Amino acid sequence: METVTLTIKNQPELYLEAETISPDALAGKKVEEILGLPVYVGREQHRLGDYFDVSGKPGATPAETKIVLNGDLSRVKYIGTKMTDGEIVVNGDADMYVGAWMQGGKITVNGNVNAFAGTGMKGGELIIKGNAGNYLGAAYRGDWRGMQGGKITVTGNAGSDVGTFMNGGEIVIGGDVDVHVGTHAEGGKIVIKGNAKSRLGGQMVEGEIYVFGKIDVMLPGFVYREDVDIEVDGVKGRFALYEGDIGERHRKRKGQTIYGKLYQRIEA
Amino acid sequence: MAEYLIKNGFVFDPVLGIRGDKADVAIKDGKIVETNAVKSPKVIDATGKTVMAGGVDVHSHVAGPKVNVGRNFRPEDKLFTYKPRNGIERMQGGFSVPTTIRTGYNYARMGYTTVMEAAMPPLYARHTHEEMRDTPILDQGAYPVFGNNWFVLEYLKNNELENTAAYIAWLLRATKGYAVKVVNPGGTEAWAWGLNCENIHDPVPYFDITPAQIVKGLIEANEYLGLPHSMHIHANNLGNPGNYTTTLDTFKLSEGIKPKSKFGRDQVMHHTHVQFHSYGGDSWANVDSRAKEIMDYVNSHDNITIDMGQVTLDETTTMTADGPFEHHLTELNHLKWANADVELETGSGVVPYVYSPDIKVCAIQWCIGLELALLAKDPMRVFMTTDHPNAGPFIRYPRIMKWLMSEESRKQQFDAFKYKDKVIDATNLAGIDRELDLYEIAQMTRAGPAKALGLAHMYGGLAPGLEGDVAVFDFNPNEPYAPDDIEKAFSNAEHLFKSGVQIINNHEIVSNGNKRTLWVNTKVNENPQVMRDVKEKFLRYYTVTLNNYEVSGHYLPNPYVIEVDATQ
Repeated sequence: METVTLTIKNQPELYLEAETISPDALAGKKVEEILGLPVYVGREQHRLGDYFDVSGKPGATPAETKIVLNGDLSRVKYIGTKMTDGEIVVNGDADMYVGAWMQGGKITVNGNVNAFAGTGMKGGELIIKGNAGNYLGAAYRGDWRGMQGGKITVTGNAGSDVGTFMNGGEIVIGGDVDVHVGTHAEGGKIVIKGNAKSRLGGQMVEGEIYVFGKIDVMLPGFVYREDVDIEVDGVKGRFALYEGDIGERHRKRKGQTIYGKLYQRIEA
Repeated sequence: MAEYLIKNGFVFDPVLGIRGDKADVAIKDGKIVETNAVKSPKVIDATGKTVMAGGVDVHSHVAGPKVNVGRNFRPEDKLFTYKPRNGIERMQGGFSVPTTIRTGYNYARMGYTTVMEAAMPPLYARHTHEEMRDTPILDQGAYPVFGNNWFVLEYLKNNELENTAAYIAWLLRATKGYAVKVVNPGGTEAWAWGLNCENIHDPVPYFDITPAQIVKGLIEANEYLGLPHSMHIHANNLGNPGNYTTTLDTFKLSEGIKPKSKFGRDQVMHHTHVQFHSYGGDSWANVDSRAKEIMDYVNSHDNITIDMGQVTLDETTTMTADGPFEHHLTELNHLKWANADVELETGSGVVPYVYSPDIKVCAIQWCIGLELALLAKDPMRVFMTTDHPNAGPFIRYPRIMKWLMSEESRKQQFDAFKYKDKVIDATNLAGIDRELDLYEIAQMTRAGPAKALGLAHMYGGLAPGLEGDVAVFDFNPNEPYAPDDIEKAFSNAEHLFKSGVQIINNHEIVSNGNKRTLWVNTKVNENPQVMRDVKEKFLRYYTVTLNNYEVSGHYLPNPYVIEVDATQ
């Protein structure tokens, strides 16, 4: 695997929209070509080289390309959007839409990310060592196709609306989350190792939510079923199982109605 | 105005009966003229290319409140589809519910110059006209909906034909409308009661009138007035297995009625998006094609025209004044749903829909639409539409041309279906080897719809005196071509003229044109009763006053009025 390093040298006046920072766009290109790739500030088109120094070189294919991003990227959007393979390491904070519609490969952010990370994600791995903003692994505005595959791991906390319209894949959050988790979910798995606030699983059709800490307010659409002993993300414990959202439609499998499942740990 | 001479193209024109012969077309002062009438024209070399009149779309949902609901509640439809301003082109966005600007440009790129908005709720006519005003290039008109209107239901219940006609004339003038549209007659009114009218004899609650009475009454009123277009119907029971019998029953309501119009049309009923109305079986498990039964009827009855409503196998946005159907659809696909009630007039619903080639029913729908066109004996009475955006976005017309013109391309699509064998069993298409030629395509997309709209004196052909609407496509019908070449060429006109103004030059949009809005002004004898009823209903029921209802001049900066005299 070849490594190409992008170091931010000028901060954009507004925000930089840089869908081109992805192994798919950089693979097989010479440094001069990479410098000339388009990025946008508002409606103006600029060159990637106007904002970044480029060193090293990308591989011949996305799979053989690793991108290392250095500097303050908290005003850079769309890093790794739609990437299919390869690797990105962000050494610092990043703005919105990191790994959105990602299909494969791996992104590691050694810092915080803003909202919409992993929007509509289909595959691959997104690792956030800091905190995540709102709408982590959610659907794009209006869309019913949220996260569908792959895995998102957040070491710190996440904001509100984690996994809205989630259909598949897995989100693991080391810390706490804000309101609205797995709204409209029809599949997938969300693990919250810290505390949750309220409105977990609203209009949830199918899927699983695990909460290790406390839940401020449980939705009335969730019904307690039983206590179960299970292992979640390498942690064994006893969980209270709730099913819901009972106000939503649910399909049947072998005569049995399938609900969304919400597990809350009661003892380690 | 500039003069143009389009030289040496292969011309396809049903009006002049030219079937691909080399001919020249001259344009002067906005109209087509004899070639010797131009003195120093700008010459367009069309050698080796196809030349046709501008396309005419008889049924498309491109402007008005429900289209805008689609735009508003589907931001994902605009995701990754924005195109920034470029030269004369303004910013564009959207796929199945594009911006007004993109609507105008994309129709122009396909060589279309006239597009009819197929359902205008009268109460929101102002909104519809605002959007048409903002749609560049195209001549447009809009059909106000009448089939669930309280005035119409009350007059027709009492067999008051003259009052119905006077009301139609008044509403067309008040809303600057073009034709009488009927959507799920009685069924949308029933939907306000949580019900529907599933066949033509299913009575409307409270009003106690049947869809059959509404349809027949509106055909008769339409002919009483002698309007340019016929009554234009979306029948009851759309989209349900076994509904072809309702469609045939609806067709039969036109039997024995002859057109009384000075505008040259032969039909008294246009039935739209017939694909959605041609299903056999009694469930989605055993639904099959009844296109043959439908086309047997259409082929043997001259006073009917239809359009296809071809499914294009895309993700799209369905929208119709058929409120109960949209509710049925959201229960089926569980996607978001918008529903509206329009006071005394109509209702509507909007639901996104994905026509997947992996779903058997979608593939059967695809077959049925094509069967309708391929089983047509008279292409002058069967028009190409997708009921945009209901069965697919209009930008797929060139793809439909490909499917109609190439059996090979249909085979390719069959091979891409997940349930190919089951689809073949449930349909007739695999056994049809007919391939349409460009002359027949010109009948279905130009001369036919223009005639049915009562606009053969303006559009649909290249005869001197018609509007200077001409498209040149980079397609040589006499050289071998692959099916995809058809789609490519007809998606991207090389030249386009609209009323004599060059809109596209070398595939590039060079003018935003002088779009016009067509409406029908019908002179009727004074009818104090209808005017009193209108006043009373506005006082008692409407949330707006008449002054805030009627569409006034500035909504139509460039109107084109078609005058009808029904006082005789």
